[in-house]
Amino acid sequence: MIRFEPRSNPAAFLVYGVPMLAAITALLLAAIPLALAGAPVFRAYGLMVTGAFGSVFAVSEMLTRATPLILTGLAAAIAFRAKLWNIGAEGQLYMGAMAAVAIGSGMISGPSWVMIPAVLIAGAVAGALMLIGPTILKVRLGVDEVVTTLLLNFIVLLFVQMMLEGALKDPMSMGWPQSAPVIDEAALPALITRMRVHLGLVIALICAIALAIFIKRTVWGFEIRAVGENAAAARFAGISVTKTMILVAALSGGLAGLAGVSEAAGTRGYLATDLSPGFGYAGIVVAMLARLSPIGVIISALFVASVFVGADSMSRAIGVSSYLADLIVAMSLLCVLVGGFLVRFRVIFERRQGKESHHGNP
Amino acid sequence: MPPEAKRPSSPNPADLLLSLAGITKKFGPLIANDAIDLDVHRGEIVALLGENGAGKTTLMNILFGHYVADDGVVLVAGENGDMVPLEPGAPQAAIDAGIGMVHQHFTLADNLTGLDNIVLGTEPVLRLWRDKATPRRKLNALMAESGLKVDLDQPVHRLTVGEKQRVEILKALYRNARLLVLDEPTAVLTPQEADSLFATLRQLAQGGLAVIIIAHKLAEVLAVSHRIAVLRGGAKVGEISTADADRRSIAELMVGRDVPVSRRSAKTPGKPVLQLEHVTIDRGDARRSLIDASLTAHEGEILGIAGVSGNGQSALAQLIAGLERPDRGTVRIFGETITDFDARKFSRNGIARIPEDRHHDGVIGAMSVAENIAIEDIHSTDLQHFGFLKFDAIRNRAQTAIAGYDVRCPSPDAPARLLSGGNIQKLILARVLEKSPNLILANQPSRGLDVGAQAEVHRRLLDARDRGAAVILISEDLDELLMLSDRIAVIHSGHVSETLPTDDINRSELGLMMAGHSRHSPDNGPAPEGTTA
Repeated sequence: MIRFEPRSNPAAFLVYGVPMLAAITALLLAAIPLALAGAPVFRAYGLMVTGAFGSVFAVSEMLTRATPLILTGLAAAIAFRAKLWNIGAEGQLYMGAMAAVAIGSGMISGPSWVMIPAVLIAGAVAGALMLIGPTILKVRLGVDEVVTTLLLNFIVLLFVQMMLEGALKDPMSMGWPQSAPVIDEAALPALITRMRVHLGLVIALICAIALAIFIKRTVWGFEIRAVGENAAAARFAGISVTKTMILVAALSGGLAGLAGVSEAAGTRGYLATDLSPGFGYAGIVVAMLARLSPIGVIISALFVASVFVGADSMSRAIGVSSYLADLIVAMSLLCVLVGGFLVRFRVIFERRQGKESHHGNP
Repeated sequence: MPPEAKRPSSPNPADLLLSLAGITKKFGPLIANDAIDLDVHRGEIVALLGENGAGKTTLMNILFGHYVADDGVVLVAGENGDMVPLEPGAPQAAIDAGIGMVHQHFTLADNLTGLDNIVLGTEPVLRLWRDKATPRRKLNALMAESGLKVDLDQPVHRLTVGEKQRVEILKALYRNARLLVLDEPTAVLTPQEADSLFATLRQLAQGGLAVIIIAHKLAEVLAVSHRIAVLRGGAKVGEISTADADRRSIAELMVGRDVPVSRRSAKTPGKPVLQLEHVTIDRGDARRSLIDASLTAHEGEILGIAGVSGNGQSALAQLIAGLERPDRGTVRIFGETITDFDARKFSRNGIARIPEDRHHDGVIGAMSVAENIAIEDIHSTDLQHFGFLKFDAIRNRAQTAIAGYDVRCPSPDAPARLLSGGNIQKLILARVLEKSPNLILANQPSRGLDVGAQAEVHRRLLDARDRGAAVILISEDLDELLMLSDRIAVIHSGHVSETLPTDDINRSELGLMMAGHSRHSPDNGPAPEGTTA
């Protein structure tokens, strides 16, 4: 018989080591589908590494991919910390992108130091508003936010489509459903000339560090942790659960909105309905891999981005499906979840029959 | 209540039914059971007494097959009277051997009838129709024999707590239990229900049933058992015949030290602190509501609120904690009419609130001891500066509180979930009493605590009263209420009775009021004079 006993105080090397080990295990497990697909396994791994890290261009692509993942990862991390199950980062991202494009593609104009903050704020506010609605429904009426935020994703995407066919349509796009380009002053400048990695990365890193400090060192962060860990006790102690949840919603939606700004005003320069290949959903995985730690989100976003970019480049080189990248990311998540379980519990094997019972490693 | 005189003088070795020999169980470094021996004979009621964490529940879980002991054997009398080892780790083997367990939290399906609950799991699966007549016949015989009367056709959720417990006991007897284990059976009963349970247990024991009763209320143990085994820190520290036992010696055996007994000194109450006038909080169900409640608590007094759990205490507590607003009526605190019911304001204005469920409402397990101590005052400028936490101040405050209230914890930074129930309660006391509050809401402050921690809670509440605070003590423990309170009101179905001076009332009268009888109702007559504690 196998039993699980909780560990009272897991050692630090377990807490930090296990996610690393889980990621490595997932990469190793990927050898099975690779071999089944008939690919040379070692060469495939080599190609993945060079695809993500092999040149300045590769690294730039990887960092470009990581940028929105850091922001949506942070959005999920802060929300999940407070047990606000925001599955709507994808929709919030598109709303953020749309707000950025709405004011950044010629509606107002000014120098960069006005325009860049303006598009960032517009995107963050739009994303925040998208989540505040469902959150109020949750705390006031008990409406399940998983359902509302998830469904809003589709509504937002259709709304974006409608706007791209209408008010936001670029007259010069020759019929493509995409918005007018963001003006140069509002575009997030590239960090390296002729490379795609842009200012959004710096903003994402600043957000991660600021969020880490916010959660750990401020009264509001304290209240968010309290409400997330035990809302009843927090309420008893005089913390307003409603206000705290709305604050969390504003932060989470705002961060997801910034991811949209970063993509629309940084990576692409315009808005289209294929702006995000599921960054909002991938953010959930990033946050889970990071065990909801803001600094951890940076690392896990880099990991996920390098798997995606590396696998993409490998699949083109040896002709296996690039869905392999999804597979690796999904397996890492499963491995991390199993690993997290092993950190919290110790497994004990017991012989059921007979007088003597065996005890596993205590 | 006098102990039943009739007891088996010395148990006959041939009647030996259960023998635990050298039971040892370790959880990591913790030794939950340390070489415990215990014999139980037919017709004997053995009380297993101990503080929380003494190892009572672990021992019973080993007996019932939920845990496997690291060492030692459980022997049960077989058909021919020989003692045979019980298969470890197999609850079904324990049931087959005639061991029945009644858990503190009932394991009944609420929407099924009593009968269905009892036969559940005993019927053959591969059968097209159910035979209800045979079980009913057997149960009627059992009920007649034991005096456990229940309407078996009512869905369980319509039964009272006492009736549910009877269903649980019948369930064990129906499975031909020879040994009945009851875990804290009186925790949810009125004194009268408890007495009736004890009478039933004695009757069953006379019929040859062996009973193990897990308890920590000394008076009950003395009233019902034949023999008392005391556990402390995982080891059996004593075993005495109940006839030779007295309260104080057992209490000392349990805690391993002198238990200080708190005594209330005479004191004249001062100005009113909390006044409720015709307060109604309507929640549809009378048991969760407060109906036209009026009461006044004064400076320097402990006002006890007696009542069986779930009779409106939570509505009253929520109101005083600032979590609930009245639908009708007036609440005055320190003479001012309250319009803004807000937990943070209440705590800032000198109201200490000790929640009923300390694990659920009292602490945040994942946060540190220091953070849990600071949580109510996290907005005060002592603990934060422009929204940033002052870690040193929070830590210093925690260290003072930990030292002053003897909170046993690895460090102020350790998560609060590592603390035992008693230490969590001390943490909450430290959090709320350190600020010298003028009004204290103590909702079941010593429930589930061991004797030592209980005494500590009582001492702190009496100190606060002597300092001049008004204390509202909501409790289901009559001994506690009679010992601490200056005056007592009874709450039943949301109605709060008039407040009576403690010296004018006795236990049985209080018990009747808790069951819903008014104080001088004609069919009960004036209760006889009796002692108060």
